[in-house]
Amino acid sequence: MPTTITMPALSPTMTEGTLARWLIKEGDKVSAGDIIAEIETDKATMEVEAVDEGAVGQLLVPEGTEGVPVNAAIAVLLELDEDPSSLDGFEPQKLGPAALTSSTVEVSQTEPTTPAEPVSASAPTTTTIADHSTSDGERIFASPLARRMAKKAGLDLVSIEGTGPRGRIVKADIELALSGSPAQASASDVKTPPPTISVPDLVIPTGESQVVPHSNMRKVIARRLLESKQTVPHFYLTVDCEIDRLLAMRKELNDRDGADYKISVNDFVIRAVALALKKNREANASWSEEGMIVQNSVDVSVAVAIETGLITPIIRNADNKGLAMISIEMKDLASRARQGKLMPEEYQGGTFSISNLGMYGIREFSAIINPPQSAILAVGTGEQRPVVKDGALNVATIMSCTLSCDHRVVDGVLGAQLLGDFKSLLEEPMTMLL
Amino acid sequence: MIEKQYDIAVIGGGPGGYVAAIRAAQLGLKTVVVEAEHLGGICLNWGCIPTKALLRASELHRLMSRLEEYGLSINELNIDFPKIVKRSRSVAAQLSGGVSHLLKKNQIDVIEGRGQLLGAGKLMVVLNDGNTQEIAASHIILATGARARDLPGLEIDGELIWSYREAMVPDVLPKSLLVVGSGAIGIEFASFFNELGSEVTVVEVLDRVLPIEDAEISAFAQQSFEKQGMTIHTGAIVTALAKNKETVTATINLGTAGEKNSKFDRVLMAVGITGNTENLGLEKAGIRVDRGHVVTNQWCETSASEVYAIGDLAGPPWLAHKASHEGILCVERIAGVDGLHPLDTTKIPGCTYCAPQVASVGLTEAAAVEAGHTVNIGKFPFMGNGKAIALGEAEGMVKTVFDSETGELLGAHMIGAEVTELIQGYTIARTLECTEEDLLHTVFPHPTLSEMMHESVLDSFGRAIHF
Repeated sequence: MPTTITMPALSPTMTEGTLARWLIKEGDKVSAGDIIAEIETDKATMEVEAVDEGAVGQLLVPEGTEGVPVNAAIAVLLELDEDPSSLDGFEPQKLGPAALTSSTVEVSQTEPTTPAEPVSASAPTTTTIADHSTSDGERIFASPLARRMAKKAGLDLVSIEGTGPRGRIVKADIELALSGSPAQASASDVKTPPPTISVPDLVIPTGESQVVPHSNMRKVIARRLLESKQTVPHFYLTVDCEIDRLLAMRKELNDRDGADYKISVNDFVIRAVALALKKNREANASWSEEGMIVQNSVDVSVAVAIETGLITPIIRNADNKGLAMISIEMKDLASRARQGKLMPEEYQGGTFSISNLGMYGIREFSAIINPPQSAILAVGTGEQRPVVKDGALNVATIMSCTLSCDHRVVDGVLGAQLLGDFKSLLEEPMTMLL
Repeated sequence: MIEKQYDIAVIGGGPGGYVAAIRAAQLGLKTVVVEAEHLGGICLNWGCIPTKALLRASELHRLMSRLEEYGLSINELNIDFPKIVKRSRSVAAQLSGGVSHLLKKNQIDVIEGRGQLLGAGKLMVVLNDGNTQEIAASHIILATGARARDLPGLEIDGELIWSYREAMVPDVLPKSLLVVGSGAIGIEFASFFNELGSEVTVVEVLDRVLPIEDAEISAFAQQSFEKQGMTIHTGAIVTALAKNKETVTATINLGTAGEKNSKFDRVLMAVGITGNTENLGLEKAGIRVDRGHVVTNQWCETSASEVYAIGDLAGPPWLAHKASHEGILCVERIAGVDGLHPLDTTKIPGCTYCAPQVASVGLTEAAAVEAGHTVNIGKFPFMGNGKAIALGEAEGMVKTVFDSETGELLGAHMIGAEVTELIQGYTIARTLECTEEDLLHTVFPHPTLSEMMHESVLDSFGRAIHF
């Protein structure tokens, strides 16, 4: 059966691009990994790789075409032994405008001249605002009013449970989501007493408290974290990391003449997490009923406290970035986060989170996973503690880190491997250079 | 005294009760309806339906009086008033028989009598023949409806001072009629009698007629009624009714304009309704009643377990279709049907069949503003519509109220020919949660009155084509 190759999204914000060059022609045989086309955006040129083997049946978009929408069909691939006549009457598959990159192509970056570009072929679209479809291209049914309200409020339709006919998302569902209540407590709650008979909604002690209305951010935090704790089976792993060597290396790096960066311990943590995830790809994944969504890129979300709550700006492709770059990027993101100036794609769609309360003297804690991610690392303070080594009592600087895992995605051993690799990287920071 | 066990017992066979019973039967529940008088209730026997039969006669009269405009003529147009009333009664009888057939078809038992709660899933019925019967039912739905409200000092006597019931079956056309109250019931009768030749005076305590409608629609309606010869006093109160032999002298307080005494053949009291809460055993069952209505929650549940109340008995809006919808909602809730939503009263359309007709759904402009919406208003006059001109019905207007931020259709208000048939378009739009954009992109057939519904939406963006 012919399969459709569609225009991939090279970044979360990309809506269209230029099909710069075809590297194949009709009739060519391709195998997985072959580069079939080059695509340009305003930011970079990317190569598109074939994922499946097959014969090129038809090129639908001539090279040089500008403004090709993401997910538009660009070519049709036949099976190797398939007769080209099977193209007759074949309708190239059309995906919704924000569906995920077609599974028949993979994108790799060919020009590392702009390594800071956030390129991620498969950023989870689950956080795309007011989407018409889910990450697997399934249509989301929502009333026009609900769509508009969700868009205004920056709500993600994917995470909202529809209570209209056949699960259609309606105004009431958006209002419920905005009020911060979990979707489960919807209109179906049983046997509510007549509202006019007893209304003990809030018992407010006189004169001692006041009701402060929720900000949208507060509502989103409440809804998402409640949903996480209620629906994600968490388990926790804790390790103690000796960071004396890391601290020495950090001092050396920061004291260098002409250093235009100031690397923090957290920057090391980000890099170590990224490298450990790269090594343990299965943990860089999300649960879905249909199957495991394994992310190709390592995009690390870092929790930043801001006045109205917290937000998680993302270091994209952190495994490909050096400490200095991570540090500079992180400073910029954190500062703009505090000014409320982050773009949605800068804080939506990471694949793993870090929450660091070390600067507040917290020894260790367990964090709540931020769905659809499947793990979060809670980082405690680095402090001198007595340690026993080879039967002798010593003093070392210890930082306790706790990994919260979604057991549907990450089993105990995988979690332990991930955390073990992370610990090794931190304790032998030179290996981060490898 | 034989006790029979039902899943659901419905007290009252009006548009709330009989619809609830049929839905219950469809869901496989063993159901009984207890009805004291007529199946179909007030709606079918003494309300919605027979008045539509009367108003059809006055509508035809109005049209026939204008035949020359259309190039037609007849020798003489006569009114056979008793026959108009007789036709209205036979329409009601035909439909009531239809309900009886529907209940039978659905294997629903009907017991003629008055039901009363006995507590814990039991009912006592005082049968119309004087005997009593006990019924056991797991769930009991109260749907006894409402009746005209009496005002102290202005009591209805059924002779000179009418309720809607007497107004429905008069022997002769009164030469003059005072209508107290300008809600849907008062205005429909005012319109009917005025068209057929009575001198009609309407007194409304609030500052405008049809006070639940949008203020602009009220103003438009009042102007139209006055043009047809009605006398209308708003912000006025009838303080006394003195009965003479064949007439009534009414004292009307006109506010700043002082007080006046006027003589009328008949008076129609139409100052609202009150729920039939008596002799149902409500107090003993611990069911709360507030200002003449049984208190219920969003699922029609009363304060007593497994006892429900629907329709007029459970409070406004007093509309047959609201009662029917609640009946279905209540039964589906009992049966555990998935995906139910409580009834949103702002999605219930209301229709008044006066001339010109009035229909609306959702919030008025004032109510929308009061609720904190930033509104976007659109309007369109019948004068700008080809079909309306061709029909010779160029009097009327359409008004739409949108939330300018979300684009939600908050309300729609119409006055003019056939608007009671048109309002459903906006009701569907509101129920499906359309935004103005969806309505802008909807194709309306030409030539129809419905094009005005499109034009009004276009007008909210300064884009009306034909005005």
